[in-house]
Amino acid sequence: MKKSTLNLSAEEQSWLAGDGGPALKRAVEIIVALGNIYGATRLIPVKSVQISGVSYRNLGQPGLDFLQRWAAEGAKVRVPTTLNPTAMDMENWAAQGFSGEFAQKQQAVVAAFSQMGVGGGHPVPTCTPYLVGNVPALGDDIAWAESSAVVYANSVLGARTNREGGPGAVAAAITGRTAAYGLHLVENRLATLKVEVKAQPRTISEYSALGALVGQQAGKQIPYFVGLPLEPGSPLALEKLKALGAAMAATGAVALYHVEGITPEARNAPMLATAHQTLVIDDYRPGYALLSDPVAKIDLIWVGCPHSSLAEIAWVAEALAGRKLTIPLWVTCARPVKELALQKGLVDIIESAGGQVFSDACMSIAPVKSLGFNAVATPSAKAAFYLRNLAGVLARFCSLERCIETALDQGREV
Amino acid sequence: MMDTPDFVFTGRIIKAGTAAGRALVSSEPIGFLGGVDGETGVVTERGHSLEGQCVAGKILVFPSGKGSTVGSYILYQLSVNGVAPAALINAETEPIVAVGAIIGEIPMVDQIPIEKIRAGDYVQISDAIVEIWRNS
Repeated sequence: MKKSTLNLSAEEQSWLAGDGGPALKRAVEIIVALGNIYGATRLIPVKSVQISGVSYRNLGQPGLDFLQRWAAEGAKVRVPTTLNPTAMDMENWAAQGFSGEFAQKQQAVVAAFSQMGVGGGHPVPTCTPYLVGNVPALGDDIAWAESSAVVYANSVLGARTNREGGPGAVAAAITGRTAAYGLHLVENRLATLKVEVKAQPRTISEYSALGALVGQQAGKQIPYFVGLPLEPGSPLALEKLKALGAAMAATGAVALYHVEGITPEARNAPMLATAHQTLVIDDYRPGYALLSDPVAKIDLIWVGCPHSSLAEIAWVAEALAGRKLTIPLWVTCARPVKELALQKGLVDIIESAGGQVFSDACMSIAPVKSLGFNAVATPSAKAAFYLRNLAGVLARFCSLERCIETALDQGREV
Repeated sequence: MMDTPDFVFTGRIIKAGTAAGRALVSSEPIGFLGGVDGETGVVTERGHSLEGQCVAGKILVFPSGKGSTVGSYILYQLSVNGVAPAALINAETEPIVAVGAIIGEIPMVDQIPIEKIRAGDYVQISDAIVEIWRNS
């Protein structure tokens, strides 16, 4: 064999030879192929894995068949592994309008992952695993899929992961390994794009709009932000960083960013490469227009992309308190976060206004049109991006306040 | 016994295995999701140079993959339905096709000078070795 750059351990070679059974063989073959493609010289252990490719709408029958076969072959995860959102609320899907047929297929996908030991056999579908106990530490090597979680783990937590794909992440979980390339190597984590922010974003959606603009310019580069008016520990500071990263990972392929003096790696060392480009952002507001269609009537408001934290649900509840919505407003979050929101009475406030809180689900990967929605307003750039490009519906990306104003007035333009 | 092959190349194994068949060659990348029908193996991407042709049993030669990562599962589906290519040859592969070859158990080699292979050539693959007989 020529041109393979990888040096495998004796154990890894035995897996490749099939000594660990067919499921492990297939997994290590995938890790080795990816390592070769990216020119890695070795495999490294990972502390946790986040799996994407969970929605039945995207996987289809072929994806489900394959996952069931892998599970039946005896595939078992070796490291703590969490699962991306499903298309629907796993318990309350009928209230969202899903058919029993679709629900059965979606449940079968999750059952295959459960059989592999994902989430200890009881996976909690979410794109924010770091809000429900999968919290990597500074410098940890991990193998995460889900672009918004990847950028959060790398940037806000200082862990190290590439943007894994669906089957690649499953293979990493089964082997407990990933190939050492890209962002696992410290020398590849320096920023190459300095972003000077002259505008002063304040709200979560304003950070999302900023991210939409920067992501479009950055592509795969690593941005280094200066001038962000962000106080560590201030209310919703982590949610703003989550929104900023998710947007850049949607309109661009950003997997890591630094914020001067704030994100962990940028606190400890100079993370801006000497040779870098500079981008000046005078105004974040064009980010809203970038991801908005001309829409006469909105028929759903969606908040919770990425999945909402408890503080974000409180923010939505506060904005909705005492108001009466005339079109549906859905908040999506991880199931344990909804439990906390229920205990704090936040779900009651949202439901009294006519909104609903769903667990597990993500509208970007749901068959939104067949649920009867043609135009969705959202305060998330990532949501708008995927609603338009993946779900194939019209979208409006705007502030939470404007979303709510619209929902108070039959979905009309405000 | 067959004649000496016209060309012999050594590539990089993506999925080890042996296969033989006629080459189906595309000079442009292939995206499997939305590009190839997983039930029939027919290329469906509008305007693609292979549109309307069937990949089943062929040595499918193309530069690289493109498009959605779900494409990996389409290669698996082709295998399950018995209409997969006999093998895949890429110039320089990428994760979607590589993962698809592994999960679909389709022998695959890359880092081959694919411009030397013509449609209809008889191609034999044994792990990293690719032997080509010109179809005269």
